[in-house]
Amino acid sequence: MNTRSIMIVGVGGQGTLLASRLLGHVLIEQGYDVKVSEVHGMSQRGGSVVTYVRYGDRVHSPIVDEGEADVILSFEILESARWISYLREGGMLVTNTQKTWPMPVITGAVPYPENIAEKLGAMANVTAVDALKLAEEAGSAKAVNVVLIGVLSRKMDIPEEAWLAAIDAVVPAKFLELNRRAFALGRNA
Amino acid sequence: MKKLMLGNQAVARGLWEAGCRFVSSYPGTPSTEITEQAALYDEIYAEWAPNEKVAAESAIGASLAGARAFCAMKHVGMNVAADPIFTASYTGVNGGLVVCVADDPGMHSSQNEQDSRHYAIGAKLAMLEPSDSQECCDFAKAAFDLSERFDTPVMLRTCTRVAHSQSMVELYERDERPLKPYEKNPRKYVAAPANAVARHIAVEERMEALRAFAETTDLNRVEMGDTDVGFVTSGTCYQYVKEAFPAASVLKLGLVNPLPVQKIADFAAKVKKLVVVEELDGVIENHLRAHGIRVDAGKDRFDPKGELSQNRIRAAMGAAVPASLKYDEAVPGRPPVMCPGCPHRGLFTVLSKLKLTVLGDIGCYTLGSGAPLQAIDSVVCMGASVGMTHGFTKVLGPDAARRTVGVIGDSTFMHSGMTGIVNLVYNRSIGTVLVLDNSITGMTGHQQNPTTGLTLQNEPTTAIRIEDFCRGVGVKRVRVVDPQDMAATEAAILEELASDEPSVIIVRRPCALLKYVKAKPALSVDPEKCKGCRSCMKIGCPAIRFTDKKASIDATLCVGCGLCEQMCKFGAFVNPSKAKEAE
Repeated sequence: MNTRSIMIVGVGGQGTLLASRLLGHVLIEQGYDVKVSEVHGMSQRGGSVVTYVRYGDRVHSPIVDEGEADVILSFEILESARWISYLREGGMLVTNTQKTWPMPVITGAVPYPENIAEKLGAMANVTAVDALKLAEEAGSAKAVNVVLIGVLSRKMDIPEEAWLAAIDAVVPAKFLELNRRAFALGRNA
Repeated sequence: MKKLMLGNQAVARGLWEAGCRFVSSYPGTPSTEITEQAALYDEIYAEWAPNEKVAAESAIGASLAGARAFCAMKHVGMNVAADPIFTASYTGVNGGLVVCVADDPGMHSSQNEQDSRHYAIGAKLAMLEPSDSQECCDFAKAAFDLSERFDTPVMLRTCTRVAHSQSMVELYERDERPLKPYEKNPRKYVAAPANAVARHIAVEERMEALRAFAETTDLNRVEMGDTDVGFVTSGTCYQYVKEAFPAASVLKLGLVNPLPVQKIADFAAKVKKLVVVEELDGVIENHLRAHGIRVDAGKDRFDPKGELSQNRIRAAMGAAVPASLKYDEAVPGRPPVMCPGCPHRGLFTVLSKLKLTVLGDIGCYTLGSGAPLQAIDSVVCMGASVGMTHGFTKVLGPDAARRTVGVIGDSTFMHSGMTGIVNLVYNRSIGTVLVLDNSITGMTGHQQNPTTGLTLQNEPTTAIRIEDFCRGVGVKRVRVVDPQDMAATEAAILEELASDEPSVIIVRRPCALLKYVKAKPALSVDPEKCKGCRSCMKIGCPAIRFTDKKASIDATLCVGCGLCEQMCKFGAFVNPSKAKEAE
């Protein structure tokens, strides 16, 4: 199989690293060669963050370039606009509709752009969900990452049990019930 | 058995499999996890040293004692460790000695993008460069073998994309190594001039032997394919080349110093065009040109700035890049910011208000330079704030000294700020230094340091008290403030600035991300009381928004620190924690 590319984008602190590790775990168990690329350090402090997950028979580059992503999983709607150029033609954007203001918007230097989901919907195949609301419903705003993995799981040809097994393997025991609820809410959204 | 591993985790695995016993490092992105992961193996003693020089010296000592020893650092850490490493090249090793240096092309979390290969050339050391996690493990083991075979420290160079990418690694058992006996041998190990003259001969002979080795080792591999273009490359660039041109011929270098010149010349003779793909400087290219090997494309096409990628290589080679969508509206940037509840925010709000000249340092508090606080005038390297405060105030005199402070974190203070304090005292400075003590090494992801009272393994140890150190070296004016109390912090700074001798203010409050620092309930804004004056916006808190001329709080981000409350003259913030206390 040719290498497929998934990008996970969001705001530092939203739990994108856990989401990419979950996804990596699922894909390894499906027998693929997998590379997951992360960025640590300064950008984790509320900056724009991106992780790459690539899988196939033999993966070379650990990163995804412009026009290459089969799927972008976005944790924040402004980040969807920022990274949309990485989506390949015919690719799919799965996005949270949550808005987290970046500092230039907070300081009043620039406005937060409006109607991003609608504009992106006119450009590409977009699934937009209010993952924050679902995460709160599951029991914690912090579960946004697993809600979004749940949404993504419906778009990929991998059995539900494989996802649940990965959650069991990656998530600490005391947060397991919360994350199982979050996954189910995302998957059924 | 195979396992998905981060490059850094795989280096640690390689250390363990190679029988390494001793690891000493200072944290630095993207190298930090190697040492954290090494510490998880019972057979490896691992520690955080106060800086890279001490780490390297400790590893040199462990090697002399007969153990396989290792230290890891980020690229700029190599500047600090260079002194012992350049001379360890002359003394050679007893147990194998490997130094990992992690470059950061693209500066994801660094102040420059220097190319560490220059150090291997300068120090006359073999350097290996892995391209994925499997090679991180394999090359760590190969590096120890080379170190003992050629009696030399060996460098292992990674970069962000190798260190922080996960890929599959085949796991093997540990090759347990008994300690090599230590025998006193001053002619080898005492780098005094008479001995070092002889050792320099040994170093040059060793380089000759390594050059011969480079020609035959399978660390350097030819993958013949289409012969129109042949790529010479290494590390993560190899992966980008394979992605962009899977059918091309490639000479993949695993040993990047010394280079196999004859092997490359033979490869060049088999391809129509020779292209050198390397991130940062044209090190391989220049070496080949110096040896008269024709290079058809190199740094004339590949930018020496930033990272490369498969598309950058496609574009440089004139090949098509995939079509991409364009969002037709400006997208506001999202620079990193201090976290909600960050203890540095209160201090930088005060510094910004006082309009002081602030000589900054390396750590989370570097973020105090960003809008809206914009409170920092200069940042250079670890520990520089203290030395720069001295030089800046000496030249501009007492009036300027009363408007200038140095700002340095607790871990950075231990790294190389301490000697600057000695200089302030010795050379009769009147400078004021603020030590931002958040009880942890923050930016690299919460490592212990000599001030925290805990080792890498979280075992109790003597906590070095910054105030005792400063008093001990002769600073008479030392005090401690809590940055959460902005009025008291401001008063303390003004008092110390007015004094005619060096002063140190320890600005102390634990990092808001530490597990034991519990978030309080989010504040809210009473829209009736909010006058829309924007005072609260001055602190640059990511949790405060301003819509319809009123402030509001993003409850998913607020941790209830209450700093905004201190800014508001109209009592518009509703703080549930205070309401509870009042009950």
